[in-house]
Formats: sequence, C-alpha cells, structure tokens
Amino acid sequence: MTDMPEHTGASGEGTMTEASGLTKQQVASLLAKNGILIAFALFIIVFTLANARFLSPDNVFSVVRSSAILGVMALGVTFVVVSGNLDLSVGSMMSFSTIVVLDLHDKIGPALAIPAMFAMTLCLGAIIGFLVGYLKLNSLIVTLGMLSAIHGLTLTYSGGKNMDIADKEGTWFSIFGQGEVAGIPVPILIFIALAALLGVVLSRTPFGRKVYAVGGNGTAATFSGIPRARTVFYCYLISAVCVATAGLIQASRSLGSQNTVGQGLELEVLAAVILGGASLLGGSGTIFKTVIGVLILGFIQNGLLLMGLQFYVQFVVTFVIIILAVWLDIAAKRGKLLSPIA
Amino acid sequence: MTDPVLRLEHITKTFPGVKALDDVSFSVLPGEVHALMGENGAGKSTSMKVLGGIYQPDEGAIFVEEERTVMHGPLDAKAKGIVFIHQELSLAAELTVAENIYLGELPRRSFGRVDWPTLYAKTDAILKKLKVGFNARTRVGDLSIANQQMVEIARALTVDAKAVIFDEPTASLTDAEKVVLFDVIADLQREGVGIVYISHRMEEIFKITDRITVLRDGQYVGTVETAASDEEGVTNMMIGRSLDLSRNTSHHDLGATALEVRGLSCGKLFQDVSFEVRRGEVLGFYGLVGAGRTEIAETLFGLRDPSAGDILLDGKAVRISSPQDAIAKGISLVPEDRKGQGLVLGMNLRDNMTLPQVDDLRAGPFVAEGAEIAIYDLYRDKLNIRAPGWKAEAGNLSGGNQQKIVIGKWLSMKPNVLIVDEPTRGIDVGSKSEIHKLLRRLAAQGYAVIVISSEMPEVLHVSDRIVAMYSGRVMRTFTSEEVTEDNLIQAISGLTGERAA
Amino acid sequence: MVSSFQSGALSKLMKGGAIWGFIVLQLIFFSVAGEYLALTDTAFMDYENMLLLLKQSAPIGIIAMGMTIVMVNGNIDLSVGATFAIAAIILLDAMTWPIFAGLGDWVIPVAWLLALAVGTILGALNGFIVWKTGVDAFIVTLGAMLGYRGIVFMFNGENPTSHLNWTLVDFAEAQFLGLHTATWFLLGVTIVMWFVMTRTVHGRNAYAVGDNREAAVNAGIRVGPHMMINFAIIGFLAALSAVVFYSETGSVNPNDGQLYELWVITAVVLGGTKITGGAGNVIGTLGGVIAIQLLRKGLGHIGADTSTVNLVIGCILIAVLFLDRQLNVKGKEALKV
Repeated sequence: MTDMPEHTGASGEGTMTEASGLTKQQVASLLAKNGILIAFALFIIVFTLANARFLSPDNVFSVVRSSAILGVMALGVTFVVVSGNLDLSVGSMMSFSTIVVLDLHDKIGPALAIPAMFAMTLCLGAIIGFLVGYLKLNSLIVTLGMLSAIHGLTLTYSGGKNMDIADKEGTWFSIFGQGEVAGIPVPILIFIALAALLGVVLSRTPFGRKVYAVGGNGTAATFSGIPRARTVFYCYLISAVCVATAGLIQASRSLGSQNTVGQGLELEVLAAVILGGASLLGGSGTIFKTVIGVLILGFIQNGLLLMGLQFYVQFVVTFVIIILAVWLDIAAKRGKLLSPIA
Repeated sequence: MTDPVLRLEHITKTFPGVKALDDVSFSVLPGEVHALMGENGAGKSTSMKVLGGIYQPDEGAIFVEEERTVMHGPLDAKAKGIVFIHQELSLAAELTVAENIYLGELPRRSFGRVDWPTLYAKTDAILKKLKVGFNARTRVGDLSIANQQMVEIARALTVDAKAVIFDEPTASLTDAEKVVLFDVIADLQREGVGIVYISHRMEEIFKITDRITVLRDGQYVGTVETAASDEEGVTNMMIGRSLDLSRNTSHHDLGATALEVRGLSCGKLFQDVSFEVRRGEVLGFYGLVGAGRTEIAETLFGLRDPSAGDILLDGKAVRISSPQDAIAKGISLVPEDRKGQGLVLGMNLRDNMTLPQVDDLRAGPFVAEGAEIAIYDLYRDKLNIRAPGWKAEAGNLSGGNQQKIVIGKWLSMKPNVLIVDEPTRGIDVGSKSEIHKLLRRLAAQGYAVIVISSEMPEVLHVSDRIVAMYSGRVMRTFTSEEVTEDNLIQAISGLTGERAA
Repeated sequence: MVSSFQSGALSKLMKGGAIWGFIVLQLIFFSVAGEYLALTDTAFMDYENMLLLLKQSAPIGIIAMGMTIVMVNGNIDLSVGATFAIAAIILLDAMTWPIFAGLGDWVIPVAWLLALAVGTILGALNGFIVWKTGVDAFIVTLGAMLGYRGIVFMFNGENPTSHLNWTLVDFAEAQFLGLHTATWFLLGVTIVMWFVMTRTVHGRNAYAVGDNREAAVNAGIRVGPHMMINFAIIGFLAALSAVVFYSETGSVNPNDGQLYELWVITAVVLGGTKITGGAGNVIGTLGGVIAIQLLRKGLGHIGADTSTVNLVIGCILIAVLFLDRQLNVKGKEALKV
C-alpha cells in the first residue's frame, strides 16, 4: 500500500487500457471501501475476547439504546455531508426541540406539542437550508452561527430555566424514550425504522441520487439539470426532522431537561458520520456506514466502561480512531500512507 | 556545433494502464526557441513534469549542458537553471508583485524579517526589462489577468536560467503584450538561453521558433526546422494520418428550423446574436477563446439570463430560465469542461449517464435501475464506449471514453437541439474521429446539432454552416461551400466588416 | 483560481476599516439605548467600563490572533478551547507539585513555562498530524477537540482544579499605565502577530500557502512544516490565554473553554479573514474581538441576558457572510451554478 505510483494524475494523458494495473488498486479500493467494517469487526473480536459480556444481548441492547439519539441525528447529518455541506447546529437544535416539546407538553398536551415542535424545528432547518442552499453561504460558518443563535433562542424560550413536565407519571408521552415493543426499546425501533427509511431514500430514490451528484460535483449536477439549491435545502430539512425526532426521544426519556442537553453532540454526530467513511468533501457516504460509525462510537464507549475506564478516556480513543479512520481512508485512495506534502 | 543546454534522452514514463511517454527525446540548443507541439494528451505536460522532477522517468535521462541530471522537483530544477512559466497562474492574490516573484526565496534579515529594500530593488530591475505598467509594490490581486501573466513571466528572470519553458504563455495576453513577451524571449535568446515554447497557435510557432518537436500519443514523432516546414506538415505530424479532417462536403436533407435565435444579448458577454439551426444540419461556431461562443450555449441551456433577444424553438418564442427548463424543452448541452461540468467523477458510469432523467426513470418511488442499465448498455454499444462495466467510476476512464459518456448522457435525452462545446478537447485521435463521425451521423438522423470548437479543421470537417464570432458578436455565417480558412480567420479576427443577419 | 481573485471584497472592505465603523456604531447605539434601558446609572462609555472591556476581550483575543494566521494559512483549529483548558490545569496543578515545593514563588514562571510548552506541543501535534497524514485540519482538530478535552478530565475527573497563588493574582490584577495585565498581553500578542504576518518571511508565506497552495509548493515553500509552525503558534497562544486568565481566577472547571473556538472563529471572520484562506490581518481580528465583546457587554448593559447575546452573535456572523456574498455578486450575466 505504500509505494503505488500516482494514478489519477495520469488519467489526462495518453489512453487508458482498462485491463491492466488494477490489482493493487483493487486491494486499495477494497480497503478504502470496507476498512471501517474490518476495523469494526476486529474491535468487536478483541473486546469480546477481553470481556465475554461484551456481546451479550443485554449489553448490545444497552449500547444501541444509548446510541439511538446520536444515531438518529447522524442519519440526517449524513444527507447534509453527502451533499457536500456541514451541519454543526444539530446539537443546539436538539436542545431546542427537547425544551420546546417539554414546555408545550404541559401547555397544549402531547398530541399537539409533538407536531408543533416538529414544525418549529423544521423552520430552523428551512432557514439553514435557505442560507446554504439558495444563498450559497458557507455551511460551516452558517451552522456555526446557527449553533450560537439557536442556543440563544432556546435560552430565551425557556427563560434560562430547566424544563420539566409536571405530571411525569400520568403521561403517555414517555413511550418514545422509555417504552418497549415486543421487548425492544422504542428508541431502538425508531432508530432502526428511520435508518431503514432514510437508507432507502439515499440509496434508491431519485432524490438520493441527486444528493450524491450535488455533493460529488455541484457544477456538473447543475449542468445536468439537477436543482442544486433545492436538493441541499431538502437535506437540511431531513436533518431537522432527524433532530426533532432525537429531541422527542430525549424529552420523552427524561421528561425534563436542561437547556444545554444537546451541547457538543454536533461534533460526536459528525465524528460518527466521518467514522462511517463519508468524505467531508461530499459525494460519498451511506446510511449503513453511518450506522456502523454510530455503533463503533457506542461500542467504544461501552467497551471502555466495561474495562473500568472513565468516560473521558473514550474522548481520547475516539480522537485516535477518527484520525486513523480518515487517514487510512485517504491513504488507500492516494496509494501512499504519508501525505505528499513536503 | 554547440552542445545543447537541455536534452531529454529516451524518456519513458508509465502509469498504471497508461504509457504516458514512450521513448521521447529532444534537445534545446543555446539561443534557440524550440517549439513542443502535440494535441492535448500527446505527452507535452507529462514531459514537462518529468523535466521539472514532479515525475521521475522509468527509463531515459535528462542532460543539462550535457551533464546527466536528476531533477528532484521544480525548485531543484530552477536551481539547476531550468525555469518553468506555467499557463495556469500560480500567484497569491494578497501578496505584492515582488513577493510573488520571489515566492519561496524572499530575501531575509534578522528575526526572519523580509528584506524589503533588497526585494523591491531586485524586482523593479526585472520589471523594467519587461516594460510593464505596474511596480514591485502592487498587490497582485489588483492586476489584470494579462499583467498577472507578466508577473509569472518575471519569475523566470530572477535566476540565471539555462533554459526557460513557456507553457501556453500567450493564452491571456493582448497583442501588445505578446509583442513585449516576444521581445523578452528574443532577449533571452541573445543571452544564450534555450527556450522551450509550448503552444497551439501556429502563427506564433512559425513566427518565433527555430525548431519544432512533435509528440503524439506519448510518442516522439519528429523534429523539424521551422523554416523548412509549414502548418500542414506540422498538423499532419501532430494528428497522424489516421484522423480524417477533410472539409465537409456531405449534406443531409434539412428539416424544419429547430432553433432560432434573434438579437440575443447577454450583458458584455455577447451582443445581438442571431442564427438558426435546422434539423439535419450541424451548425459550427468558431472564434477565439472569449469570443462568447460558450456563453451563448450556456444561455440557451438556461445557465445565464439573456439581457435582450428572443429564442424560438420550433417557431415558438420561449423563455429558458434553468437547465431543467432547457432539458424539458428538448435542449441538451455537452459542456466544454468535461471533468468540471460534464461528469461527477466519483460516480459510476450508469448514474452519470442517466443523471438528467433520474426523476423520470422510476419504479414506484425508486430509481428503476434496470431501465438505467438498459440505457447505459444501449449507448455503450452505440457510442462504442470501452469501460470495465457500468460500476466503474467515471474518473477512471480515458478522456475519449469520458466524453462519450457525456455525449451518451445527452443523446439519451432525445433532444431536439444538441449543443456540443469542444467535442474533442483533450481526447485521443481514435475517439476524435469516432466523435466526428457521430456528429455527422446525428445530423443525418435528423438532429439539429450545434458544435462549438476552437480547432478550425474540426469545425470545417463537421459543419454544414459556420458562425464566425469575434468579441461577442457574430461576424459572418458561412456555408461550407463559401468558407475558406482565410476568410474564416479574417472573420474571427474582426477584420471583416461584413455582418450576417 | 480566477475566482479567488474576484472574491474577498469584504476582506478589502474590512481592511478599509468597516469593522471599526461597526464598533463606533455599537458604541453610539449602546450609549443612547443605555440612557433609556440601562439597569444601572453609569454611562456605557465610561472609562473604567472600556478598560474592563479590553481586559475581558483578552482570553478570546489572544487565541484569535493565532486563529488569524491559521485561517489565513487555509486551515482551521477547533481544538483551541480544549487546549486552553489543559494549559489552565497544568498551570494551576503544577504549582502544587511536590517537586516544585522548594521553589517558593519561583514556581510561577516554571508553571507558566510548563503550561505554554504543553499548549505549544498540543498545537504542534495537530499540525504534525495534518502534515503527515494529509487529513483535513477541520477533521484533525475536531478529533483533537474531543481528545484534548478527554485529557482535561483525566486530571481531576469532573472536579474543578484550584490553586490560588496571591503573588500571581496580584500580578494578574495589576494595572500599568491604566491598562490591566491581560490587556497588555492582548496588545503585545497583537503587535507580535502583526509583525509576524506583515514583516516576516514566515508570515508572508502564510498568505501564499493559503491563497494558492500548489503555487507555494512549486515555489519551494515547505508547506508541511510551515503549517505545523502555525498550529504550534495557535497552541502557544491558547495556552498563553489560559495562563493570563487563570493566574487571576485560580480555579478551572474541566468544561472551561468550551465553545471558545466558536467565539474565536466568529471574531476572526468578523475581522475580515477569508474562510478559505489567503486573506486577513490581525488588526481586523482585533476589531472583531472588540466588536464581539462590546456586543456582549452592551447587550448586558441594556438589560439583555446571555441568551440574546448568543442569538445576536449568531445572526451577525451569518449577516457578515451574506454581506460578503452580496458584495461579490458578479451581476446578471453570471453563470447560474
């Protein structure tokens, strides 16, 4: 893998014969495409050998359940990242959703509170989508600004206070976070259902195809009659729906919340998406891989806890794993381990 | 006989699947201007990259003043007296002219400070030679593109160069600036510097060069004395005998007028453009870069808003506000920049080919992949696309096959009007010939085809009529009977007063 | 390439002093609005208040000077908040280490140096990873933001780390020529970074690398080490910021410094630095830093709470971006892509 000559640099010169020169490339691209799965499998094996409890149904359940909120948000962010943009506002947007739905729960009842919260969150998503899609502003800065603005909005809305549901015992609202169907926790079901739905949308529908085209080469997409602005706009709407769903699960699970419940999640979410192998340049990544990325983060956290390590050790391990994952990914693509930067 | 300052001997360079250079040799004598010619993809830029040490040759060697030399990179080459002036500007806008010229070797004082007096003095001395209208302290971002090119050229004069390589230096220069450039080259010649001059412009080549070396498909074709050869001979060397570029004489039965444009303008880009194209004909657009040809195509495709004029499709006035709109009205555009505008390089061939119609290829809510594959297979066979399979990424194909994917993409839309911008830029001779034949065949099948090209032989070869453009205006529309190379060149240089209606 | 010459109109405008105009506008607005809305009787443009404003600008401001060169260089550093916290803990913790027990007050410079060294090393580590792996700085520092924060927690878990050294507090609270110690550090760093970016070869190369990396490589600038130095600089400055701030407060929470990257980037962008690199300057950044602090203080002065500040800052950041784009619109002829 170390010393393969540059291939892409030559594609403009001379003619290409397709048959030869593919073997090393195939190995590299195989590694690039499935490296994360291989790493995940190795990781599971090592931890299972170290601790038999690791793969027990109870433990797997608890990992998936604790990853569900992060996972649901990561599904939406995958659309945004594949379309070639970033979303750093999902954390504070999730705080907003949680606070709003908890507040409205007591004011207008859960049946109305939930759609109202979804509508408000979608409005925020629409604002970002408009700014990034139609006005073509840099998504990093826009969502960084929205991170701050939505945080302020949430604090204003709540008056700086924590939000609690008055009658925690008597509401059916808790089913989204605490309920079970056929022994499976509802958050897991929501995560699986949403992942399946969005996975199909991204991989099988015309819309999904457009997302890849816009992220892969926005200009070429425009020249092919793909409405670039609208496609990006929809990606942010999807992200907002996912955030609202995550907020719903969070609110339902705790029935009370701080203003800052989602703080910092945007980075964990992005980490999961990147771990799944989506390129920040856009045009690559799948829902399935994002789910793997989410599970890796969840299992790392869990595995380290089982080993008796503190929660913050996972921060450091996550750091190392993200860098390694992205590094190996691009190393496989360029055919060299070290970057060619002098 | 003097020894050459620079000599490439039997250079071979292979990339996986591609033999980019195959036994290429040429030499540059002191005081000589040596043209390096060849079509895009012939191996010119690869040889320059080998010379600059960006690539190491698999076989062969480089000699500087007859001493065998290994180049370790552009800076190393510069240190050894081989200087490159790139076609693409490699300047930093925020820095001054002086800082750009001495980028990477700014004179230093203590504490890592820049030695400004020395820097400005040295720079002003160089700028004086170039007779430019700006000084060392000017911010490069404030200069015109042509002046930026002059900054690029000034870089070559900072060292005691043995050989200077000019890569398409006149692409963005005005005639007056070209004169200055040729003066600079003449000065260098007098000082005994060897010049490698890469250009497509025959008139320049024959004006200033002493010898011409031609490459084709990565192979050395030959070297000729400029004085002892002519354009036709060089062209033949460049394209080989395999490419038929005879003048078009065939005509197909013309159908109804598919597209008519009346008085179309788009701000300063082009004004008062009128033409029509009928089913069964190929309408060629010829002119210099910047004459407004591509911009007309983009306007017809809904990518620019016209400021005045009418577009009529099948006799009905229409407004085209977006590419979606254009596609719905039966217009297809094969854009000039294949990699930037034509293809999503990281996407597979099938998805690239069906992209404009992905909304229509549905099975329920899903993309009908079977139908997509059928479309891909159909056009793979029709256009003779050579690829490992539809799952291959577009970026891994050769230029010719990439272009066929783009053409297939737009043919599969069954357009009323097919616009092809630079159909054969940067692709091999075989594919070129196939695409030329295809364009004629499409006209025979009743398509209305517009071909925009910067290569005169190509325009003459495929067109039934030719629109000559100069500086945003249509100068004249020729039929293939009345067009000659001379009157076409006159028209696109703005020398003719005649204006077609 | 061509587009990079056309864009950046805002940075030109900002260089022309637009950010200072914005600051003057804010001063007028808050002075006038303060007459009617203020919770206290003191005028907004009070001398003491303005001095305090400069002092309070220092923690963000010092880091922002480093972010300017990193962003001009075409990179970004999201890990500065975590580096800030680590340096703070090292500073306070080191003063209690038994091996330094015999040093008396000489422990202060030792602790300072230690904290600064750690900051520099963490920054350089980011740069080294960017250099050698070729992974985008955004991803590397995003990971580092998490990883370095983890290191913060390793010291004392979720408990704060505290140590008050009164000599240090006296130093930090001192005023010289009317300005607080922190203000002097901010001004000093600004001047040094201004010198580096406008007068030194390294600083000029930063523009070249950020504007046109390939050209810089072709010109023989060693881009990898160059970037690493800039990351080391911002790591050093993040640590310096912590050192200045925590010398006075003497207590650090493991969550301190969170969202600092947001504030810093906002200040730098407000100051006219181009997001894609190649343009920007520290004087503009200083204006950006002051503008943000003014906004926080001014909104507080007229009775708005932190939530409004967040809202306003976010909106201003987006507004600046929008303005930049509007100034760069090429007219109706432009290609609609």
